[in-house]
Amino acid sequence: MEENELIDKLRKEIIQQLNLEDVKPEDIDPDSALFGEGLGLDSIDALEIIVLLEKNYGIKIEDPKQGKTIFASIRILAKYILANQKAQ
Amino acid sequence: MSTYISGIGCISPQKTIDNSVFPAEAVNQNALFLQCIQPESYRDYINPILSRRLSKIIKMGITSALISIKDAGISNPGAIITGTGLGCVEDTEKFLMTMLDNNETLMNPTNFMQSTYNTISSQIAIILKCFNYNSTYVHRGFSFESALTDAIDLMQSTVAESALVGGIDEITENHFNVTSLLGHWRTKPQNNLELFEHKQKGTLPGEGSVFFTLTRNKQASTYCELKGIKTVYKPATMDVVAGSICALLAENKLTAHNIDLIITGMNGDQQGDAVYDEICQTMFDTKAVAGFKNLCGEYHTASAFGLWLAANILKWQEVPKISIYKGFRPNTIQNILLHNHVEGKQHSIMLLSKV
Amino acid sequence: MGKRIFVTGMGIISAIGKNIPDTFLSLSQGRSGLGRIKQIDTIHKNEILVAEVGFSNSELAAMLGITDQQGYTRTTLLALVAANEAVASAQITDMNQIPTGLISANTVGGMDKSEIYYYDYLKLKKPNSYIETHDCADSTEKLADHFGINGFISTVSTACSSAANAMLLGARLIQNGTLKRVIAGGTECLTKFHINGFNSLKILDPDPCKPFDQNRKGINLGEGAGYVILEGEEALQNPGRIICELSGWGNACEAFHQTASSPDGNGAFLAMKKALDMSGLKPADITYINAHGTGTDNNDVSEGHAIENLFAPTIPYVSSTKAFTGHTTSAAGVVESIISILGMKNRMIFPNLNFTQQIEELNFSPVSELKTNIEQKHVLSNSFGFGGNNTALIFSKF
Repeated sequence: MEENELIDKLRKEIIQQLNLEDVKPEDIDPDSALFGEGLGLDSIDALEIIVLLEKNYGIKIEDPKQGKTIFASIRILAKYILANQKAQ
Repeated sequence: MSTYISGIGCISPQKTIDNSVFPAEAVNQNALFLQCIQPESYRDYINPILSRRLSKIIKMGITSALISIKDAGISNPGAIITGTGLGCVEDTEKFLMTMLDNNETLMNPTNFMQSTYNTISSQIAIILKCFNYNSTYVHRGFSFESALTDAIDLMQSTVAESALVGGIDEITENHFNVTSLLGHWRTKPQNNLELFEHKQKGTLPGEGSVFFTLTRNKQASTYCELKGIKTVYKPATMDVVAGSICALLAENKLTAHNIDLIITGMNGDQQGDAVYDEICQTMFDTKAVAGFKNLCGEYHTASAFGLWLAANILKWQEVPKISIYKGFRPNTIQNILLHNHVEGKQHSIMLLSKV
Repeated sequence: MGKRIFVTGMGIISAIGKNIPDTFLSLSQGRSGLGRIKQIDTIHKNEILVAEVGFSNSELAAMLGITDQQGYTRTTLLALVAANEAVASAQITDMNQIPTGLISANTVGGMDKSEIYYYDYLKLKKPNSYIETHDCADSTEKLADHFGINGFISTVSTACSSAANAMLLGARLIQNGTLKRVIAGGTECLTKFHINGFNSLKILDPDPCKPFDQNRKGINLGEGAGYVILEGEEALQNPGRIICELSGWGNACEAFHQTASSPDGNGAFLAMKKALDMSGLKPADITYINAHGTGTDNNDVSEGHAIENLFAPTIPYVSSTKAFTGHTTSAAGVVESIISILGMKNRMIFPNLNFTQQIEELNFSPVSELKTNIEQKHVLSNSFGFGGNNTALIFSKF
């Protein structure tokens, strides 16, 4: 899968997993920070994204502290998925 | 020391969310179990970022709590205390079923975090930034009663000037299906408004979220005075319950004669309702009797809905026709006795007076 | 100041002992109850350490003389063992001689059975004796029936501070005259449900937990039950029965986040401050704090700041005993209160096991080895729950 295609898919999946009723996929800028300001996500959302990665991509993140760097933005997350899926 | 009910928020299977209308037109759901009428939008009450992960019962709880304190004109209650028989059933079921279906993998922390029984009381505290006393009781037909007992005591011991107290329970389809195996429910859809007319085995389950703002002083918004509450667990005979009623009346220097209306937790179940009939016949033979579970259904904290009805009757001095079970509506309603029991095991008695 | 409240009986069961003497022995010998899980079949059994009570349900039932185990969840069995010991130690012969209440704490209820039978109920429509034991009140009612209590009974659930809040309500209902005596405490068995719950929050330590250590990684869950008998000033008529005084309590809500504690420990501070104010004591009067100290990143630094903010410059002896008993969740408030009382009575400070390195953000270390001959007039036990339901209790020597 291409990076941009994956970004579009991830935007939809995150909206669904985190139940972001009011957010449209195009509202999530692939280069903006997912956490902190903006969407108002917190540590529980990070854990939910970890579940999503395992469920949909077979990628396991054991240490939630890693999430901080991996989930910095949707694009960084997409790159991480592509790299780790290839590695598997 | 006196305790007053000075604010109410009620989300129920009836149109009770608007405190300025009483009685509203009664709603018949003709169903196997009664479900709450949801507000048009929770957005008016809860920030969408916060509410997105909240299940129905948590939203109902928060919203009715906020309506209640607004009704009382209070922003920071001296205590937040909730009672719930089963807590957040939907979150608990989701987490349990994910665990069973996925063999303990891919578990969602959100459902677990919200499955604990104190979620609603703490979420209310988070929204209000209320650092005061906070607790949750989870004892079947004593859940709401324990919360109320705790609140009255806190206010009497002058720890709190006010307290926000709620009774909340939800029903889900799975929960209905599982509890159906116990044989407590009717097996066909039922016109809830006719629940008292055809007594048989079983009743109609329901749900609701009712919050009361209690204040130590009477104020313009006050509905009534809450004179006292007693509970009796598994009484050997109805004399024990009658004894508790007499004690509660005596503590308030009243007799059965002073009671203008009895509100019972009758639910159409032949055996369970016979208990109320026995008490009413022996103690309050000539008095008017009303019921409330034809409006809200049976659930662990249904007595909170009963208290909602009693408080409104005292405020508006009007008994809804649909609630009258026996006798004539008295002209003035000064004192109401509310008697509820759940499966004959948890009995509670509350005494309320007009202000 | 309100009327005085006394503890006249205690009973406990946890991974470190099935009664008070065994518990005391384990604590004074530094014997932890942590190990691999045996009573529950979970996929995590080789990854996690728990503090499990070393008896099967059948063995617990045999200890209790229960021949037909149907309808008895593990939560109930643990509760009965501990409550029996508490009632016996208070020398209660006639439960209804004076108005006696029962306030028990619980969160997982009968989930140990529901997680086995739920689909039998839901899909196969096959009920069994456990279908009505799912809720939290079931174990409380089994206790009430066992002791013949028909007055005030209730069940508290404020997650991991539940038992502390049960004791707090019991004390208040005695003070205001509603009750003369209360059996108060809590019970919780391990379940797959909450093991997976805490695991989904990624706060389980695969190794023995290290509360207040710079390299702490999380919780080891435990199970157990504890009950105390609380009485009012009438207990002074027979002072030989008095174990200690419950001299202060404080309940505050942190109002911060459903699962996280605030960085500065505001809720913990408020709960301890309220308890101190109520007891009329000064911070310096507290000799020992049994900390909530779960071993998570978040709790220990938050609680540590709260302790510093309230007690500095003189920090009392502090230890978390969760590396002994595991985190007994809803029972933790009473289990750790009893441990605090045992330390006070025996002039000992039980250690915070597995501690090596002080937390960078804090200016104090917990007691890491058993201390003896320490006179303690007043001790404080902290219990914090999800949702910021924080409670502190103060026990004083009698």
